[in-house]
Amino acid sequence: MAKPKLATCALAGCFGCHMSFLDIDERLVELIDLVDLDVSPLDDKKSFTGMVDVGLVEGGCADERHVKVLREFRERSRILVAVGACAISGGVPALRNLAGLDECLRVAYLDGPTVEGGGVIPNDPELPLLLDKVYPVQEFVKIDHFLPGCPPSAETIWAALKALLTGADLNLPYPLFKYE
Amino acid sequence: MSGERFTFTVDGVRVEAEPGQTVIEACDAAGIYIPRLCHHPELPPVGHCRVCTCIIDGRPTSACVMPAAKGMVVENDTPALTAERRTLIEMLFAEGNHFCQFCEASGDCELQALGYLFGMVAPAFPHLWPKRPVDASHPDIYIDHNRCILCSRCVRASRTLDGKAVFGFEGRGIDMHLAVAGGHLDESAIAAADKAVEMCPVGCIVVKRTGYRTPYGRRRYDAAPIGSDITAKRLGAKD
Repeated sequence: MAKPKLATCALAGCFGCHMSFLDIDERLVELIDLVDLDVSPLDDKKSFTGMVDVGLVEGGCADERHVKVLREFRERSRILVAVGACAISGGVPALRNLAGLDECLRVAYLDGPTVEGGGVIPNDPELPLLLDKVYPVQEFVKIDHFLPGCPPSAETIWAALKALLTGADLNLPYPLFKYE
Repeated sequence: MSGERFTFTVDGVRVEAEPGQTVIEACDAAGIYIPRLCHHPELPPVGHCRVCTCIIDGRPTSACVMPAAKGMVVENDTPALTAERRTLIEMLFAEGNHFCQFCEASGDCELQALGYLFGMVAPAFPHLWPKRPVDASHPDIYIDHNRCILCSRCVRASRTLDGKAVFGFEGRGIDMHLAVAGGHLDESAIAAADKAVEMCPVGCIVVKRTGYRTPYGRRRYDAAPIGSDITAKRLGAKD
């Protein structure tokens, strides 16, 4: 029987959840026995060729590319898991929601102390269009499980992955359930 | 206290109380935890947050303000009440700007601990992302209004325990906010040792230069859920 497939992506996050994932250390060897890695920054596979069993989403949605990737992950994943505070509630990138997008761009590119000669707000067509706010992923697609934490600890990610891949209930013990 | 002790039941368990005790006081003494946010044993109860709402004799009632009475039937730990309490916490998380990931209060925060207790995994409501100020004018204390949940503990503690009346509320409904006498903290009589500072259940009123001192794993709610200190009394006692 083919091994289940696992895909991961990093949207508006800091990659800390992926780093925490790698922190499962030698259990990575055990994980290789459990899954095949599909689309992920970890193996640099860029596009889906079929369905995957579990998709992990790190980060919230800050621009149109994030929404596109997220929707593709929803389409291709049987179980979609929001991993970490940014995916679940916007996290640190969502601090920009308190100031507003215009204000952030103005301070960064026009009026900032290091801006010389007027400055310009980047508008190359190659750049994904920013959303008005940073949004949690569940505001765009249905999420099957949430793994809170900033980042969720390696123990948390391991416990959750093992449960999902073996079909067990995802009940995190109290010390592994954290918002930070 | 004078008068005869009497009993009532909480989730079918007999609880002894004395005249003058509220339901929450009698339950605390008996080792039965009723979740609460605005209530503090050293402060006069006000019933602001409604987290302690129980079904008392068939009606939803705040346990912190309800006097215990002989023969009362209280429902506390039920799936329906847990769901309603979780909704209250979820609304508070959506209404303010609560960034647990870098907050000094994380691990010691009662709002966060109740989120853990009720199993809140993700916001159930869209965040409002309000614009709220930070007042860092005082040399020893700052207030981050983003984290205020309007529990009124500081308002009550400053008046009844510190004798200062530094805090009050202004505005109504969604515009209601904590106000400081004099406008800014440095114009008020507040001091870092005040009970009003100590009793903040979240990371709103913070003593400067004290953050992140307790290592991860050794903070108040790291190992055991909120209320464990109260339930331990019951587990320790013989049935």
